[in-house]
Amino acid sequence: MSMRGKAAIIGIGEFKPTRYTEGATTLGMLAEVGRLAIADASLETGDIDGLVTESFAEAPMFAPATMVEYLGIDAKFAEVVDHGGATGAGMVARAAMAISSGLCETVLCLTAARRESRSNSGPKRSAGTGWSGRRVDRTPYSEFEVPYGAIGANFGYAMIANRYMHEYGVTPEQLAKIAVAQRYNACHNPNALFFGQPITVEDVLNSPVIVDPLHLLEIVMPCAGAAALVVTSARRAKKAKHAATILGVGEHTTHRSITYAPSLTSSPITAAADLAFKMAGVRRKDIDVASIYDCYTITVLISLEDAGFAKKGGGGKFVDQHNLQFDGDFPLNPHGGQLSFGQAGLAGGMSHVTEAARQVMGRAQGRQVKKCQLAFVNGNGGIMSEQVSLILERGR
Amino acid sequence: MTEPTEAKASAPYMKPLPEPTDVTRPFWDAAKQHKLMIQRSKQTGKYVFYPRSVSPFAPGDALEWVEVSGRASVYSYTVARRATAPQWSGDEPYVIAIVELEEGPHMTANILGCPPGDVRVGIPLQVSFEDVTPEVTLVQFRPRA
Repeated sequence: MSMRGKAAIIGIGEFKPTRYTEGATTLGMLAEVGRLAIADASLETGDIDGLVTESFAEAPMFAPATMVEYLGIDAKFAEVVDHGGATGAGMVARAAMAISSGLCETVLCLTAARRESRSNSGPKRSAGTGWSGRRVDRTPYSEFEVPYGAIGANFGYAMIANRYMHEYGVTPEQLAKIAVAQRYNACHNPNALFFGQPITVEDVLNSPVIVDPLHLLEIVMPCAGAAALVVTSARRAKKAKHAATILGVGEHTTHRSITYAPSLTSSPITAAADLAFKMAGVRRKDIDVASIYDCYTITVLISLEDAGFAKKGGGGKFVDQHNLQFDGDFPLNPHGGQLSFGQAGLAGGMSHVTEAARQVMGRAQGRQVKKCQLAFVNGNGGIMSEQVSLILERGR
Repeated sequence: MTEPTEAKASAPYMKPLPEPTDVTRPFWDAAKQHKLMIQRSKQTGKYVFYPRSVSPFAPGDALEWVEVSGRASVYSYTVARRATAPQWSGDEPYVIAIVELEEGPHMTANILGCPPGDVRVGIPLQVSFEDVTPEVTLVQFRPRA
């Protein structure tokens, strides 16, 4: 039983990313952005019978129960998704699974990140804690990586980039072009964190190297924000004001740490994307917009190859031969990507889904990709570990 | 030359240390004796790292501890120009690497004993045991002469 076309996104809620949210609670932000999505779908809270959330500071456990209570939802399906940056795409996948299997009809998907400015002035977290800030004792990570300073994500993507350069070759200019194109897009999106701040290849290459070979402007900037979606059945989507039909879903996970990944330069995206395209029954060349997780420039380069848009090892050439701007021949991350829209925790990954949905709905205003019928989304969790691909089609 | 993760006789070691479990203790005990021991599959002969309670290769498999050569090469690396965590502040630039053991498995380590700018993918390495505290010896690597 395929999920193809059984569910659709009909509501979008999203906060404009900000550097900080003084005093806000993640719980409150999740609820507010959820209400925005429900309103955007022209629904009432009582219409929602499923909920998918991330676990968050105020509810490291019982997150779904906390959210349904707070929002006043009677949920026939309530769960948490833990796929790092792929969580947003994974939420949509799970919502579609629950709907297509008949468990429920309309699912609210929630992501949010708050950020206090004091976190910027002192140690953000002590080593030995996970990305979420929780202590993670007795894990291979805390035992065999943390003692070596292998903490966070920058180092891992830098090692991917160096290995890629060794195996295939890509120039710093080619990688920089990705960041420049996304910034161009962000300059057409008033909600982007870096709206009004265009950059050049020289700016990227002149920004400080943080972890060789990655420059500051090739690395996402953490910020605060929130994003939510309403996913419903195809039956109900027919009555909706706007809809993005979920045509294809594919997932693949092979590792937690990049040290033990089967490959540094070929990611689990290949399998995830192949599954999504197979389910959707569409070809790569049918895709009008690609919304690809971009925590770093190297992430985009490898994703373009592994998702099947560029040849393996040909990512640099692909970047040279194509215009990745929203008005170019290969529109990529029209919202600016997380590199220029902002990475508000897991809402950053969700922004690739909200943008793809907006684009196929024809609601992307000044950055609308022309004749946009089909979107490819890829969510990437951890260090090229958890991959979720989606294919969305213009519904109504 | 910067060798950030080596113990300084004068200053206490302030970086996070591994906390061995029942499963991983043979690795750390061996390191303290300046031996590199990892697990090998009895059924397939393949080596595996990190230490596990079960074999990732086959359900009926068992793992045995064996001493390995300590010869390795750089699979990939980065030079941290900014500290990756507060405890490393002041040590930058330092090298974080994925090391490929001659026997196959990959490990995370720092590359010591050479200028960070000299590290390249593929350069040959030899294990180096760094006694960072009286209790803990970290397994690190240096370029092989």
